[in-house]
Amino acid sequence: MRPIRTLEVITGLFVLLGVAALFYLATQTTNYRTYGGQSYEVKAFFNNVGGLHVGAPVRMGGVTVGRVTVIRYSMKRYQAEVDLLISDHYDKIPADSTAAILTQGVLGEQYIGVSPGGAPTFLHNGSTIHFTQSAIILENLLGQLLTHGGHSGK
Amino acid sequence: MRQLGSLVRPILEFCAALGRRLHFLVTSLTLIPSTLARPRQFVEQLFYVGSVSVILIAVGGLFVGLVLALQFYTALSRFGATSSLGGLVALALLRELGPVLTALLFAGRAGTSLASELGLMRATRQIDAMEVMAVDPMRRVVAPRFLAGILAMPLLAAIFSAMGVLGSYLIGIKMMGLDPGVFWSSMRHEVRFHADLVNGMVKSLIFGVACSLISLYEGFHARPTAEGVGQATTRSVVISSMAILALDFLLTSFMY
Repeated sequence: MRPIRTLEVITGLFVLLGVAALFYLATQTTNYRTYGGQSYEVKAFFNNVGGLHVGAPVRMGGVTVGRVTVIRYSMKRYQAEVDLLISDHYDKIPADSTAAILTQGVLGEQYIGVSPGGAPTFLHNGSTIHFTQSAIILENLLGQLLTHGGHSGK
Repeated sequence: MRQLGSLVRPILEFCAALGRRLHFLVTSLTLIPSTLARPRQFVEQLFYVGSVSVILIAVGGLFVGLVLALQFYTALSRFGATSSLGGLVALALLRELGPVLTALLFAGRAGTSLASELGLMRATRQIDAMEVMAVDPMRRVVAPRFLAGILAMPLLAAIFSAMGVLGSYLIGIKMMGLDPGVFWSSMRHEVRFHADLVNGMVKSLIFGVACSLISLYEGFHARPTAEGVGQATTRSVVISSMAILALDFLLTSFMY
């Protein structure tokens, strides 16, 4: 049997270390896996999603309960269709809950805030959130303010 | 006419120098399969190029991560946006600082040793002796070192970035008391697998090619004197560093 050379062992260790670092970066720092653990999917339709993007958090009372997985435009409803992946820990969200696109701070990220309703039935895999509130587009708001001048808005 | 000649000559010389390096690159690349057929030499070179640089790269990455986190923290706290510290540090490391600083450290640590080793082989007529014995020095000496340099660079860059992330974690969470959940989720939210991590690795692979090529070329074609070896070593660092920074600008403007 050929003797094991220290040099080869150290080189092997170097390669292992490099690959481990790469693996660590891929799994820990990127959104390669979008949401860990068991989860279920819910749909919501919005007139306008604003600057919402895939991977944005879904929050209830400020606590992240899920993530946005897909944003597409529905040609049936002529609305933006958003898929939300919600963790199984939060499986008792009332079916008549409201989803709103909110902004964190003035310049912050957009996220989906869910406020619970009062229905006895709960959201489950494949169900749709019917009550939604679109993102507030600052330009539209400003435009309305300008065209309406000082008179009572709307 | 002579004046015109003295004007044109530097341009021609520049083109010739570029052509010689390109020829060197192509020859080294075509010799890679034969290097893989004899892995022993290649593994040995991977040790001298890669393993010995790990400590330098790891310590460098750790400190860059620490400094980045401190600087970003003070800057972000002015806007009340410290929650995005993790994402910002990870993006800066994976996209730019990891590949570029690793390549610069590599040029100083491994590139110089390659250039001076080959320069000394040239000065002590070892390369000439090989040619006399009908051993191709490109195949025997240059190709294994070239391949080792190319492969070592992305691995070292990954170690650098991982240590940088660790450093920013120490500052952000242990020292400044940020919420760990917010820190990691902002990182995972901001960093995309393909656009950021893979592109960063492609960058450092290209730096590996450029850096090894320049160091090996300068060493291989060093003037066979003590002075010549010194000059070749210096040139390898200067040209590598400039090439890395220029290439970085080009690659960044293409990738992002």
